[in-house]
Amino acid sequence: MAIYLDHAATSPLRPAVLEAMRPYLTTHTGNPSSLHASGRRARQGIDEARESIAALIGAQPREIVFTAGGTEADNLAIKGAGWAATSRGRHIVTTAVEHKAVLNAAAVLERSKFEVTILPVDAQGRVDPLDVAAALTERTTLVSVMAANNEVGTTQPIAAIGEIVRGHGARFHVDAVQWAAHEPVDVDAWQADLVSLSAHKLGGPQGVGALYVRRGTQLLPQQQGGSQERQRRAGTENVAGIVGFGAAFALTHADHAARTAETDRLRILADRLRDGLMELGDVVVTGDPVDRLPNNVSVAFDGVEGGDLVAALDLEGVEVSTGSACTSGSAEPSHVLLAMGLDPHLAHGSLRITLGPETTDADIDAALAAVRLVLPRLRAMPGVRSKATVPA
Amino acid sequence: MSRIVAAMSGGVDSSVAAAILARERGDAEVIGVWMRTHGEMPEGYELSRSCCSPDAADDARRVAQILDIPFFTLNVEREFGERVIDSFVDSYLEGSTPNPCQACNQYIKFDELLKRGLAAYGADAVATGHYARLEHRDGRWRLMRTADADKDQTYFLWVLDQEQLARTKFPLGDLTKPEVRAMAAELTLPTAQKPESQEICFVPLGDYRELLEERRGYAGDPGPIVDADGTTVGTHTGYAHYTVGQRHGLGVALGEAVYVREVQPRTNTVVIGRRDDIAQRTFSVAGARFTAGDAPSERFRASIRIRHRAPDVPAEITMIGRDRFAVETADPVWAPAPGQGAVLYDGDECLGGGRITRTEA
Repeated sequence: MAIYLDHAATSPLRPAVLEAMRPYLTTHTGNPSSLHASGRRARQGIDEARESIAALIGAQPREIVFTAGGTEADNLAIKGAGWAATSRGRHIVTTAVEHKAVLNAAAVLERSKFEVTILPVDAQGRVDPLDVAAALTERTTLVSVMAANNEVGTTQPIAAIGEIVRGHGARFHVDAVQWAAHEPVDVDAWQADLVSLSAHKLGGPQGVGALYVRRGTQLLPQQQGGSQERQRRAGTENVAGIVGFGAAFALTHADHAARTAETDRLRILADRLRDGLMELGDVVVTGDPVDRLPNNVSVAFDGVEGGDLVAALDLEGVEVSTGSACTSGSAEPSHVLLAMGLDPHLAHGSLRITLGPETTDADIDAALAAVRLVLPRLRAMPGVRSKATVPA
Repeated sequence: MSRIVAAMSGGVDSSVAAAILARERGDAEVIGVWMRTHGEMPEGYELSRSCCSPDAADDARRVAQILDIPFFTLNVEREFGERVIDSFVDSYLEGSTPNPCQACNQYIKFDELLKRGLAAYGADAVATGHYARLEHRDGRWRLMRTADADKDQTYFLWVLDQEQLARTKFPLGDLTKPEVRAMAAELTLPTAQKPESQEICFVPLGDYRELLEERRGYAGDPGPIVDADGTTVGTHTGYAHYTVGQRHGLGVALGEAVYVREVQPRTNTVVIGRRDDIAQRTFSVAGARFTAGDAPSERFRASIRIRHRAPDVPAEITMIGRDRFAVETADPVWAPAPGQGAVLYDGDECLGGGRITRTEA
């Protein structure tokens, strides 16, 4: 059985979540829009999940729009809020390290005469709230900043940025897909108007997400059809998936003490793994050493192709990734690492190891042993790009 | 446990080669690898028959799933671009005929893939779906023709040396194409009925002229087509658009079939001749390599093949130093084209070969 250390890509479905979903895949299979008893039962599952998630993030149930995942939530937020506010302006501010769902959605708007400002980040991947303030103009209608980066795990000063955006009057979107797997979401503390969430990053099923939409935030629907989700997202709901999302979200966030203990446990394991990797030499840690997700270990090895390293580790039974699962397989180094100013040669050797609830001490030992085993072989290969000096 | 890389193009041959290896697993773990050799083709040029289209990657992945073997894609765009595509283009610009499949075998499949396979997967051998056989006899590996003479691909494999042959497997060596297709059907591989790929994988629709412009800025400069006497009989679109032996696209009507006899880059001239004018009994070969490491002797007899599926011709080979040789054939061979492989055989054994050199002054 392989050791799974790629929780930022997707996390295993929790057994309790599967149990919560099971009735909706077997007996409660009605269409929630139907008026009859089967329909009502399905509707109840969605309503309960909506209430549960809303309560845990400090929102009202009606402010939750279920989607088919984080990417759809990001697209709905950027395009939906962008198009809904064109009477006030067509300027969107975001950052260079956002998920491609945000960057590519913004790029589409750019082709429709929107102006998009992409803010830089520092070497740790952090955005300076002062840069956000400086970028705002009277035409700015939307600011989008992720709470935690999917590749390097760096967390952003969201509340400080939210304060600035609220003062300006633009809408504030936060991609909290990675964040919500570890830290609580409080939409008021962030002063966020739109927040993207995803089920499968926190032990729920794939293909389900949600967009929090603060009451009063105008949103132009991005697909046409029925009146589901208060006309903000047409299409029959993924009932079992939404029920699973609700269960997974509650499991992750309901018990504050348990979550804190798990965060501490992950941090200790991640630190040990990172220190072990650093001992191998010619490797740098990427991302912020302090302001980061507790389960994320991101490094870049000199003289190694990240993809080759991932394949080698896979054959040793250790499953990790280069950067984001969405861009792996491409020859281009990660846009996140390049935005952080990492040397492109080093960026080619990036490795992301993300731990989860089932990760044990022994898993960390096995992962380190596997890297020790394959790294010399990979580094002995002639012709791989190498950077002469690795910054300390 | 040792590991072996099965190079999977998404075609039926490499699919079955991987299947044979996977079936014999126990002595080695089989790793399926599809190589991305170049960027995606522009819209409209998407040929599912090309081994490098995304469809081909899908097919290879489906086969690996059915065989239950690990599957990875390996990006070799940079190496393939330099070693295969650029040298393909440069061949034309030198007035020669390129041989991209030989280059791909020499530098990509049996070099880059071997290296990367060792580094990334800890694999010590590469298996491909080539129709060729290997024998280990008298202390060395021998590259042998297959039983299916029509499918034999040793013409593209002469570039391999002992070190490479020792780390190579050709699981299809004893099979014929119909047997391979039958095996694919039996295993319900999605590639069983896939048509043969004929075109060069990185040349959309077989027209390489765009590539000359894109890679080297060669747009073509019209020049004279001359006959054997030097009389101008027509105009060409640019010397690099022509190769020796070419018949079509000359736009010359002389009442009988004419062929390109010579391409002269320096004067931007294309020389034509009648069919009989372009047969030769002697020519020179450079860049020689021998599967055994060295030539059998300074002067030896071998049969020679100068293009894929052309008949073998008995010849006398005289070495000129270590990596050049002169060829004298018993009967004239038709249109030895500069740049093309001249491959030597002793019976069914491929001894090695080289590339035909330009004879133009």
